[in-house]
Amino acid sequence: MTATIERPEQETAQVPGPRQVVGPGLQPTLDELSRPGRATTKVPHAPADALERIPPDHRRAAPLGLPELNEPEVIRHFVNLSQLNYSVDTGFYPLGSCTMKYNPKINEWAARLPGFAALHPLAPDAVAQGTLELMWELEQWLAEISGMKAVTLQPAAGAHGELTGILMIRAYHMARGDHERTEVIVPDSSHGTNPATASMAGFRTVTVKSTSEGQVDLAALSAALGPHTAAVMLTNPSTLGLFERQIVELLDAVHAAGALAYMDGANMNAILGKFRPGAAGFDVMHFNTHKTFSTPHGGGGPGAGPVAVNEKLVPFLPWPRVFRDGDAYRLEKPGERPSSIGRVRSYQGSTGVLVRAYAYLLAHGGEGLVEVSEDAVLAANYLRHRLSDTFEMPFAQVSKHEFVASAARLKDETGVRMLDIAKRLIDKGFHPPTIYFPLTVEECMLVEPTETESVETLDAFADALIEVAREAHDDPELVKSAPHDSPVRRLDEATAARQPDLRWRAMSGRETPCPG
Amino acid sequence: MQVPDGLLYTQDHEWLRVEGDEAVVGITAYAATELGDIVFVEMPALGARFEPAQSFGVIESVKTASDLYAPAGGEIIAINEALHDKPELVNNDPYGEGWMIRIKLATGAGAPDGLMEAPAYRALIEAA
Amino acid sequence: MTYGYGPNTAGDRERMLGAVGLESIDGLFSDIPASVRATGLDLPAGLDELSLARRLETLAARNQVGLASFLGAGAYRHHIPATVDQILSRGEFYTAYTPYQPEISQGTLQTIYEYQSLICQLTGLDVVSASHYDGGAATAEAALMTIRQTKRERVLVSRAVHRHFVDTTRTYFQGGRLTLEELPTTAEGTTDLAALEQALADPDRPVAGVLIGQPNAFGILEPMAQAAQLAHAAGALFVAVVEPVSLAVLAAPGDYEADIAVGEGQPLGIGLQYGGPYLGLLAARSDLVRQVPGRLVGRTTDVDGRRAFVMTLRAREQDIRRDKAASNICTNQALCALASTVYIATLGPHGLRDVAAGGAAKAAELEGALAAFGVPRIHTGAYLNEFAVRVPDARRIHAALLERGILAGLPLADWYPDDEALKDALLVCATEVTTSDDIAKFASALREVAA
Repeated sequence: MTATIERPEQETAQVPGPRQVVGPGLQPTLDELSRPGRATTKVPHAPADALERIPPDHRRAAPLGLPELNEPEVIRHFVNLSQLNYSVDTGFYPLGSCTMKYNPKINEWAARLPGFAALHPLAPDAVAQGTLELMWELEQWLAEISGMKAVTLQPAAGAHGELTGILMIRAYHMARGDHERTEVIVPDSSHGTNPATASMAGFRTVTVKSTSEGQVDLAALSAALGPHTAAVMLTNPSTLGLFERQIVELLDAVHAAGALAYMDGANMNAILGKFRPGAAGFDVMHFNTHKTFSTPHGGGGPGAGPVAVNEKLVPFLPWPRVFRDGDAYRLEKPGERPSSIGRVRSYQGSTGVLVRAYAYLLAHGGEGLVEVSEDAVLAANYLRHRLSDTFEMPFAQVSKHEFVASAARLKDETGVRMLDIAKRLIDKGFHPPTIYFPLTVEECMLVEPTETESVETLDAFADALIEVAREAHDDPELVKSAPHDSPVRRLDEATAARQPDLRWRAMSGRETPCPG
Repeated sequence: MQVPDGLLYTQDHEWLRVEGDEAVVGITAYAATELGDIVFVEMPALGARFEPAQSFGVIESVKTASDLYAPAGGEIIAINEALHDKPELVNNDPYGEGWMIRIKLATGAGAPDGLMEAPAYRALIEAA
Repeated sequence: MTYGYGPNTAGDRERMLGAVGLESIDGLFSDIPASVRATGLDLPAGLDELSLARRLETLAARNQVGLASFLGAGAYRHHIPATVDQILSRGEFYTAYTPYQPEISQGTLQTIYEYQSLICQLTGLDVVSASHYDGGAATAEAALMTIRQTKRERVLVSRAVHRHFVDTTRTYFQGGRLTLEELPTTAEGTTDLAALEQALADPDRPVAGVLIGQPNAFGILEPMAQAAQLAHAAGALFVAVVEPVSLAVLAAPGDYEADIAVGEGQPLGIGLQYGGPYLGLLAARSDLVRQVPGRLVGRTTDVDGRRAFVMTLRAREQDIRRDKAASNICTNQALCALASTVYIATLGPHGLRDVAAGGAAKAAELEGALAAFGVPRIHTGAYLNEFAVRVPDARRIHAALLERGILAGLPLADWYPDDEALKDALLVCATEVTTSDDIAKFASALREVAA
């Protein structure tokens, strides 16, 4: 059924919009569903005089214009919307650099235990012992995995962890009276967050190229290093899914120049128990719990980005830290450590996310985590092997948990681009891999299968990609116009950006009193 | 790809048309095609001064953003206000209605140094 | 097999290894130099699900969450309708990622668009980001927005903005030559407008933005309209740091001409969770849209003319703009934004007003009960549902009440250690979930411990 939603006359026409056709299975917006007077009572009605003591000039002048729905409509609206999404729970999601592994259900249960979920963030330490113990223990485990000295759980995401780490590096140089270090070096294959973080922290970004083998160019890095270098940010394994074979030499060069080495830990899923960054010489790194430790991606977040540091940076960790005194746990007091960079957020961290990460780590233990990485790397190499006759594999080296493949040849032969291949995969029932990243490989896809996918799933995905490549030769238009079987087809992104429509029309509230 | 004679070009795909001691600046058809659907052009303020090759603005397409570099030094004496509501003019008519800024040349009347003529720019984009 | 979620049998592994031409798993890691190759992890052994559940229940039980609580200070207990968790538990929502492929992400995209629309309604502003990490990060991002927009480097923040938000902003400012100055407060508990006027008057140090809380960190209502006027007269932007539930009854930031509104979205249907994940709200005037950091979702059509939603204005983001991006933000709080969207949709305008006004009524009851036992408010300004009271020896009383099962708010000396006037202040709040029994218990226990 194709419903035409006729938009009611607009009282305050802020967003003039044409009539919109809502396609089959698509949903009206909340304002279109709203019918004045509908509601389900959820909290007691407030006394009529509740606001009389509030001076009138502080009160809302016009009644609040929000949608009015009853509970069944609310549920149906959001459940129907949920079904327009692709997700890990519904299918294979090989989105490179995002580690879309299965999200264990016990973790969801654990985070919702009232003891965790209802704890106020400013609750005194005495009534927060369970969560503090969990945080302390999680810090110890992450220190072991990273080979570092100490950990902060505060950062809310990977990029937030990067900012935390780079600000600590800044504070470290300043504390030594070394004020000339104004540059951060990143490889050309780095995540965009790395240079953006460096800018936010007040550094100039210097980009060094990679070799044709997809490795950081040691000579180029050495040439770029100098008395102005504050830090080098490396992703290892790199965004190309390759381990930096010259990591020892790279780290030596960084330290010889007096700079510190930051590791973007986005790709830790490949190397748990195989490479401990701190033990190898990195000074600081972040984890992405929503990648490596299975905390759900939530449609874009929340994540958590714990940061691990070596001895040098411990004094600069954000406060408050979590300490154990005998059998009791406590938060660091204000002013206890003046060298700290300070807070990077409100309260102590995204604890609800950290409970899930804790449960994940404890379910696996040390041996299980090593096996996670082994299976993740095995899956990636197997899939790479399955696709190597169909797509170019620009790098000969064994891949880690993800690999880059290029469709440049297919594009030359058929005119079909990687974007088209990705869209056609949707018709075949798969979420496409990351495409056009890293920026250094033409017509590329970055494929990350993760360890929780069976060999049958990997085979089905490989078969689908091979079939799309065949279709590109036989019927390129079919691929170029894909997807055909999704709730909506390709979108007009140019108009969306040229005339941004970022909200539904303003609703005006009604002067009627609250019901009841 | 259209590369009109009589204009001067930069390596970064801006064009410049000298009119006495003033000049009009835009981006080439090649650049507009490479960028794809242009959705926004961030313009400098009137009266701002730029050195040659200094960034004077940013151009955004759906998927990318690029800095715009001044082909010659000078002061901004006009900007193309129409691009605010219709950035697609840069795609549709890069050498005409899609112009971006008019500058008063720091070097006075005449062609500034260091720019290519149309044949050289044609060779550049053919090699790309 | 030692872990629970992987599919591979020994046979599967053998088959896959054979396909890639390797003898053993070790061959997959031969690229790690031997000198830095690790040989496992010194961590506890993995647990089966039953043992894991017991361990987690044990830890959760060590937290005490059944107290009679009057603690708010930026994070508030509310009734969360059952609809919220039912929707959050949909795997289609919580196990999806950023909607990079809009054709198969319309659920997430439309809910973000609805979220943006609802927060526009609450704030009276035109553009809402798809969310930030929390109120502190959103405040810091707003301060940086004022700097980018005005090309000035000095920001004024009331000392009565949530302490953590100020501290976070200070940390974010470390990278640049940026100045963050605090404005004093008056005996009423509001920001000193004379001091604001004076700070704005320095022609050599022009101000980019002025940040004031509503209600502020003392729970007091600020003269936002006057402060906004002063800021605008000096060419500065005005940033309102708001508590979103209060906007059901208080003047909206758009009403008093704030340029930007930020706040902690936790009260909109998100559990306390010892501090996160929460929801950073950020709304702005439409002409600031290109300064708004983070994701935005817009409405468009597909090739068949069907209405659809898509991430837009993406060229400002870090993955494209790299070192010139508006912010390094990548992850947002989409699931928390979904929670707030379901929360607002479930409550509707009257329900949300009842939450805000119900809290105000309970707070008045609390004020009366405490005053009757000789515990007065400190500030004279009007409040909504939170206020500071003076007790003799606040820390001792706070600890003694805790032993009696009462969480007596926040000792404000934790946040203002150098302020003599707040040495014995407790910041207490009430919401619609506060009961009259708890209020009576608080007041009578206070009399006992003060005696």
